Amino acid sequence: MKILVAISNVPDTTTKIQFSDNNTKFNAAGVTFIINPYDEWYALVRALELKEANLAEKVTLIHVGLPDGDATIRKGLALGADDAVRIDAEGPDSFFVADQIAAYAKEKGYELILTGKETINYNGSSVAGMIAGVLDYPLISLATKLDIAGGKLTAEHDVDGGSRVVECELPAVISCAKGMAEQRIPNMRGIMAARTKPLEVVKPINSPEVSGPLTSVKSFDLNPGRTSCKMLGEDQMDELVKLLHTEAKVI
Amino acid sequence: MVLVYTEINKNRVKKSSLECVQYASKIAALTGGGVTALVNQASAEHLEELGKAGATAILNMNNESLNADHMLSCAAVEQAVKQCGAKVIVFAFDIAGKAIAPRLSARLKAGLVAGAIDYPVVNGSTFEVKKNVFSGKANAIYTIHSEVKIISLLPNSFPVVLGENKATIQDFQPDLSAVKSRITIKETKSNATGGMVPLPEAELVVSAGRGMKGPENWGMIEELANSLGATTACSRPVADLHWRPHHEHVGQTGVAIRPNLYIAVGISGAIQHLAGVNGSKTIVVINNDKEAPFFKSADYGILGDAFTVIPKLTEAIKKFKANQN
Repeated sequence: MKILVAISNVPDTTTKIQFSDNNTKFNAAGVTFIINPYDEWYALVRALELKEANLAEKVTLIHVGLPDGDATIRKGLALGADDAVRIDAEGPDSFFVADQIAAYAKEKGYELILTGKETINYNGSSVAGMIAGVLDYPLISLATKLDIAGGKLTAEHDVDGGSRVVECELPAVISCAKGMAEQRIPNMRGIMAARTKPLEVVKPINSPEVSGPLTSVKSFDLNPGRTSCKMLGEDQMDELVKLLHTEAKVI
Repeated sequence: MVLVYTEINKNRVKKSSLECVQYASKIAALTGGGVTALVNQASAEHLEELGKAGATAILNMNNESLNADHMLSCAAVEQAVKQCGAKVIVFAFDIAGKAIAPRLSARLKAGLVAGAIDYPVVNGSTFEVKKNVFSGKANAIYTIHSEVKIISLLPNSFPVVLGENKATIQDFQPDLSAVKSRITIKETKSNATGGMVPLPEAELVVSAGRGMKGPENWGMIEELANSLGATTACSRPVADLHWRPHHEHVGQTGVAIRPNLYIAVGISGAIQHLAGVNGSKTIVVINNDKEAPFFKSADYGILGDAFTVIPKLTEAIKKFKANQN
């Protein structure tokens, strides 16, 4: 069985966010890009663990984006993925990305597709569900555990007020959350090997059913955040309660 | 027509569902038409509540198996869309909404804005929706280009105000015979929440971090939460150290919340923690380190020892509550 891990190229968590072109584009100048943490820590590492346990033959990374994402893809190869494919297009929205990944997975016969639970830039939690929708595959959403036995998946995933253990037939799509695996640090051997691992660049497909993007970003604006914090002393708790009631109006 | 996917949990209509119905009624006022709520196995009381939130019609299903696989609920929504001719479909951006809305978007080729925080702006044929991006550091305005539009609303974006509206109720039996679920449920586990409001729905949250020094000291955190009727939460290290259960972990890798009041005790305020709580309306930070970055993201700060401050705060809240009654 082959596993396809979808990775997104996102600004590092600590990035100071700025926009350009009259607030219509993310300003990438001076920004460090990383593999979307959920894609890396949970989806990719778990895929590698399944391969190491001889439950999968191959782990392939897929990324929809322009050549500036190649360095990020190489980081995923350094962690241990066997090969990678980049769909050479700047996705206008999550459906475009999902549609491209779905088409590739189907054509190449990937039975298990893993993504992180969301990206830290667009926070949509949508790509996994959309891939499942395009391919009519089952989706295990927000999975915290994943195993393979007897050609079936066993997974645990969050539901309202708890969690569920499920069995699922392949092929399937899984969105991965905390609990599934632990972050790994690439070693020197991995980094060296990543340089020569195959990174295939393919042209995007034209979806016959969609004439243009379903959604697009018109503009961005920054959340101003909090500007001043009212400091109180240990003996001013009555005052704090009063402020929460009369000023903040939250109690 | 606006269709809303609603859910019942623990024998009550989820707060996020009522919020979505109310949100949908505002959209219907912009686009024309009514609001149809789709619900499964609702009682007379649930139906009345959905009406009061603004549903003009309710499609009530009676299908035990629907909850077993989102593929089934998605097919049910799809048939409801056809039945009522919906042009806008609203979900909560919660566990079900994150699974069903994207699948529906792909199946209908309908644009989805996931995690909306405000009402759409409709101007002729343009339809724009605002959502949080970059983990709450910024917002983006999305244009939805497709004819059918899907929005999932970030819970706790609007307070729910129930009116006197009554909905017309119809039994709805979607035909799911063509959908082959490939998921079998083996076990269901419940979080031990001790009767507290679930975190994603909580309006008041008391959260504590490593500053509490050990799990044995959580009694005062629970007492503070009790005095407010708040839900308890914790930071990532606390969950990783197993001082508190994982479902209490708020932050980027845990649950993202936006209560009206978030009280953070002994949490330094790492950027990953802030990403999960910065949508809170009011933040109170209690910390003994004046350099704690969380003070920069707080509305009210108390520089002091949690072990001294918490009992005093609990006392002050009890006094306030007693005076109110």
